[in-house]
Amino acid sequence: MKKFVNKIDDILVESLSGFGAAHADLVSLHLDPTFAVRKNKATNKVAIISGGGSGHEPLHAGYIGYGMLDAACPGHVFTSPTPDQMLAAAELVHANQGILFIVKNYAGDVMNFEMAAEMLAFENATVYTSDDCAVVNSTYTTGRRGVAGTVIVEKCVGSLAETGANLQACKALGDKVNQHISSIGIALTSCTVPAAGRPTFDIGETEIEMGVGIHGEPGRRREAMREADAIITDCVDAILADFKAKNLTIEQNNEALLLINGFGATPLMELYLIYNVAAKLFKHHGINISRSLVGNYTTALDMAGASVTLCLLDDEIKQHWDSPVHTAALRWGC
Amino acid sequence: MKTAIIINASHEIQRTILANEDTLESLDRAIGDGDHYINMKRGAQAIVEIETELAVLSPEAALNKIGLKLLSTIGGASGPLLASFFISMGKALQSYEGESHLKIATAFAAGVQAIIQRGKANLGEKTMLDVLIPVSNQFLLLAQQNKDTSVICEHLIATAEQGMLATKDLIATKGRAAGLGERAIGHIDPGAKSCQLMIASVCNLILKP
Repeated sequence: MKKFVNKIDDILVESLSGFGAAHADLVSLHLDPTFAVRKNKATNKVAIISGGGSGHEPLHAGYIGYGMLDAACPGHVFTSPTPDQMLAAAELVHANQGILFIVKNYAGDVMNFEMAAEMLAFENATVYTSDDCAVVNSTYTTGRRGVAGTVIVEKCVGSLAETGANLQACKALGDKVNQHISSIGIALTSCTVPAAGRPTFDIGETEIEMGVGIHGEPGRRREAMREADAIITDCVDAILADFKAKNLTIEQNNEALLLINGFGATPLMELYLIYNVAAKLFKHHGINISRSLVGNYTTALDMAGASVTLCLLDDEIKQHWDSPVHTAALRWGC
Repeated sequence: MKTAIIINASHEIQRTILANEDTLESLDRAIGDGDHYINMKRGAQAIVEIETELAVLSPEAALNKIGLKLLSTIGGASGPLLASFFISMGKALQSYEGESHLKIATAFAAGVQAIIQRGKANLGEKTMLDVLIPVSNQFLLLAQQNKDTSVICEHLIATAEQGMLATKDLIATKGRAAGLGERAIGHIDPGAKSCQLMIASVCNLILKP
């Protein structure tokens, strides 16, 4: 393992300290317990708190700021944060309108946020993101995983919260946006958890993992490496089949946002190549890609690979996607 | 049950976890995300570090404190699940008079029940419960039959082992391995393995002359 490390046990604190220093205009970092909040506390709005294991940067702390999150609670690498972090963050950011947690649907995250929600003195609600369509057999799972589409949910809900909308409205929009998103990921290599020191899974030079999650947890299928067109065609087909299964037909929602997300070690050059292929394929299926985002927005440490996310847009979702945002990792309109 | 036994057990559990680094890491890399050993190590370390604070507490209060400490230390799924176990076990001990195997078995069962509720899982889903539920049932049965401490410990070690091995042939329906479908078959669940190791280490500690 070759990584920029001083002491393995200090990675998280050193990285977060760097993040806090680099974006001191946007966030304030707290280390005991660990969480980050907006530099300037928002008033009289629903406070949006997210969090999850570290290793997915810029998720979630990179999305703290105007138009998105009020606080983020980073856990250890690929490990959910703990309830004391959420409670301390909530104490600081709550602004008399309740707390909305945005949680990726993984067992650990769900349980820790659930316990925090039970212990919290303020009115609160939770949106669970579950955009990953790779986990196909729902009878065998606790449900779909939340992956890169979480960024879109956080952006839209954050935008609505800035308008002063109440907790129920924010929760409802979050659930709706989540329902309008479908994602699938492909890994070309494994990632290496620093404390483990070796790759999470073995994968051959000519193999790919189709449907991989954002922790290097194996997906549904191990396949032979093929040309990008063929791989992305399978991704697009899986997403379209998922929307069909969800009864969200393309006729009703022919406008969409296409997010090509890198897992950490795939160059932007390839991500744009994927975008080129995917956009053409979706267009061929009658979808008008009117919004786009390409880059490393939900990573899996140093995994090579990418995920394709499509979010069907109605006027409401489009409005909240387009609205001004000012965070470390997403900024436009202000 | 005395607080000193709980403290000794926490040291024994830490030793066992550290000694099984390779086993736990490779099991979790196979069907999970490779962090189980690190999380268990961090949890065990945190409990050993509060030894002096635990020493002055009643067993009930010590278990509760262990639960809260694990809750704020481990994270992931293991954190809330193990925390729920210890907090509920402490609560159950409190509401039960006297000293008997049945009291401890009943409290253990309350802890397992808390894991079932928190994790919304049950037997046969390739999780720690495939070890904990059979062990809990066996413990209650043997305690009701007034068996000796040594008989109980030997049986529980064997039951834990069986439950752990049985996860090998199961499809995971809860936790990170759930995404794997049939590909999880052939791998022992890392959470079941760590629970088996902890139960065996505590039983062996009690069995020691």
